Amino acid sequence: MRYHDVIVVGAGLAGLRAAIAVNQKNVNVAVLTKVHPIRSHSVAAQGGINAALGNNPRGGFDSPEKHAFDTVKGSDYLADQPAVLSFTEAAPGIIYEMEHWGCPFSRTPDGKIAQRPFGGAGFPRTCYATDKTGHVLLHTLYEQAVRFEHASERQNFQIYEEFMVTRLVVEDGECRGVIAMNFATGELEAFMAEAVIFATGGSGRVYIPSTNALISTGLAVAIPYWAGVPIKDMEFIQFHPTTLLGSGILMTEGCRGEGGYLTNASGERFLANYSDSAKAMEIAPRDIVARNMQREIIEGRGAGGKHINLDLTHLGAEKIMTRLPGIRDLAINFVGVDPIKEPIPVRPGQHYTMGGIDTNANGETEVKGFYAAGECAAVSVHGANRLGGNSLLETLVFGKIAGECAADYVQAKALSKQGESAIKQAASEEEAKHRELTSGAGSENPADIRDELGALMVDKVGIFRTEEDITEGWKKVKMLQNRFKKAKAGWAGKRFNQSLMWFLELEGNLAIAEIVVAGALSRKESRGSHFRLDFPTRNDESHLMHTIARWSADDEKMKLAYRAVELGIWEPKERKY
Amino acid sequence: MSKTAKFKIFRFDPESDKAPRFDNVDVPYSDGMTILDVLFYIQDHMDPSIAFRFACRAAVCGSCALHIDGKYQLACETQASLGLSKRVTIRPLAHLPIIRDLVVDMEPFWKQYKRIVPYLLPGEPPPEKERIQTASERLKLDVVVDCILCASCHSSCPMTASHEDYIGPAALVKANRFAVDSRDDALGQRLAIVSDEKGVWRCHTVFNCSEACPKDIDPAGSIANLKRLSTRNYLLTPDSR
Repeated sequence: MRYHDVIVVGAGLAGLRAAIAVNQKNVNVAVLTKVHPIRSHSVAAQGGINAALGNNPRGGFDSPEKHAFDTVKGSDYLADQPAVLSFTEAAPGIIYEMEHWGCPFSRTPDGKIAQRPFGGAGFPRTCYATDKTGHVLLHTLYEQAVRFEHASERQNFQIYEEFMVTRLVVEDGECRGVIAMNFATGELEAFMAEAVIFATGGSGRVYIPSTNALISTGLAVAIPYWAGVPIKDMEFIQFHPTTLLGSGILMTEGCRGEGGYLTNASGERFLANYSDSAKAMEIAPRDIVARNMQREIIEGRGAGGKHINLDLTHLGAEKIMTRLPGIRDLAINFVGVDPIKEPIPVRPGQHYTMGGIDTNANGETEVKGFYAAGECAAVSVHGANRLGGNSLLETLVFGKIAGECAADYVQAKALSKQGESAIKQAASEEEAKHRELTSGAGSENPADIRDELGALMVDKVGIFRTEEDITEGWKKVKMLQNRFKKAKAGWAGKRFNQSLMWFLELEGNLAIAEIVVAGALSRKESRGSHFRLDFPTRNDESHLMHTIARWSADDEKMKLAYRAVELGIWEPKERKY
Repeated sequence: MSKTAKFKIFRFDPESDKAPRFDNVDVPYSDGMTILDVLFYIQDHMDPSIAFRFACRAAVCGSCALHIDGKYQLACETQASLGLSKRVTIRPLAHLPIIRDLVVDMEPFWKQYKRIVPYLLPGEPPPEKERIQTASERLKLDVVVDCILCASCHSSCPMTASHEDYIGPAALVKANRFAVDSRDDALGQRLAIVSDEKGVWRCHTVFNCSEACPKDIDPAGSIANLKRLSTRNYLLTPDSR
């Protein structure tokens, strides 16, 4: 059995920042990641990261408090306001730190970090590096991780690459460690730790299509859920307005921040026709823009029948080449369209999981020693709808906080190295499970179940939802869960057994789908990304609450409960942009 | 009738197979299908044992570089339509040990990356806010920071093929990325690492790396810049002779 004081699961921005924070406190840390750190989905983030730096000439009166207000309003008042205030307060410092560590941000003419307008923001406060912000942030942070690995004066800093965690071990309400599969050998390995931080990203791949990487499945949220950790607000799924027709690849909000238009079949900027987006137009928040695009498509005004045009042609070649070079490459390579010459065909698609592992503003969960940060967690600072540029910020701010809190917890802990027998038992249960899954053939193909699940989630719990659709979605998820019992991983080999990996990911997807559907069914109102055609308005009297889902191991059932939102200085108001 | 795309795919399990083999695979083709989609189709519906790396499927994570139809390309952005007119061969990255099928051991690649001290080493403690970097200084970083570390350059280079200890084009791009960054102050330290026969002077300017790069980084250009800096350093620093 391996031992580390703190184990971080996931090596994207949240995971690496958490690990660095732990190590900065001179505490031993290991990172377990199922892909090499720089392959993590953070790398795909495009548009930018928010902080009230006031570097843009039009942003001079910006402040962390104004950033907080925009975030709360964007969340449709479901975010916890104290958490949002500390989140936006920490933003400038965390950006400067990344700059000091070498992050190559784009610059203003006077050499400061450049900032662009983004949806739902009162000022241009989104710091960026062309349209490759996630890429440069993740590469910079990985470089720093290597620096910490190199630094001999510190406690051990170790990265286990291509280790997929399959189980969280909890005993007597305390976290004991994890069980992980080493892809290269196919063996399960047991890890004991005083604290575990999950920083595993979103569950986007429960939906198909999704902008998310193929590795961003529901498994990493399902693992703590099965271990008894509550899961919060999972019905809030963000649909990004502009995803590429076909592959569903993201076309950054920066396209619109830089002045791009959304047009329908007749070339009209239709957002002017909807009261909630008439003023802000293309830079209204994502939930509103996505809905109004979908309405155009449903009502037959979509270009080519089923999409909307993202028109950048008026920006000119130079601006496109310098500010949005990656977008141009993607459009050329994946749909054969050069945005300098013609509009990009887009449609709204699954993009972000606002909900996740229920944490407080310290990244702590109900289970002692178990923390979560980044997209897999719900603090909540995004509430019912996340603003563009706030997710990268969340990874760094809460990654750091969770790392620091976990390190403090470990240093203050009286008893260490507890739970050896519980970990051993979990490991042998996992081994038995994997043996069973890889022996013989099942009568169902897991890939079919995965594809059917993805399609039904888009169809039944998508941008527009109704009681009838969600109920049908619920029945279908249950049906797929039953079919899944007859499926097996298709291959019995050990090394890089990706059929076993996909099987486990699908098991997680099915659990998360159930939570999304149940939350959507019970929330009889429309708030942020959750839009019920049968309850088209927000209902603060009965639903200004977080949805809390729990797995009850005794009767193997999911249970829902509600918790009041932490309000603050801003009274909930109607959202208009 | 639906169209069929034809492929010839490298398969090898070093633990159980005596030698590698190529499997001929015919896959039903649909418009927009990529090579990565082909591999998933095989895994989902034909042979669950096939192994390959993937993550973002949007040409930015660097996981899926493979030797496809005679050159190194990212599987996720290479169109499967290549296989409509002829049988297209797919092989793993070269000059790296094979773990299984199309999955190679990247450790030798990362070892070289870590050798060049791949992080910013500024000369002075940071200011309270950001360091000022002018737009023209930032422009120098424009291409070199786009590297996704996919190892296409590494696998296409004849020098990495014959010299395990050669730092290689990808790590040298990273070294150059810091050499041209106005905020970095460790040029001397990195030149000491790259200025020998394991570093820039192992490069024979074959340009395979620049041709292979899916992100148009031009590693050969980065190496040329480091050679220039290395030469100037040698001529101007009496101690180095």
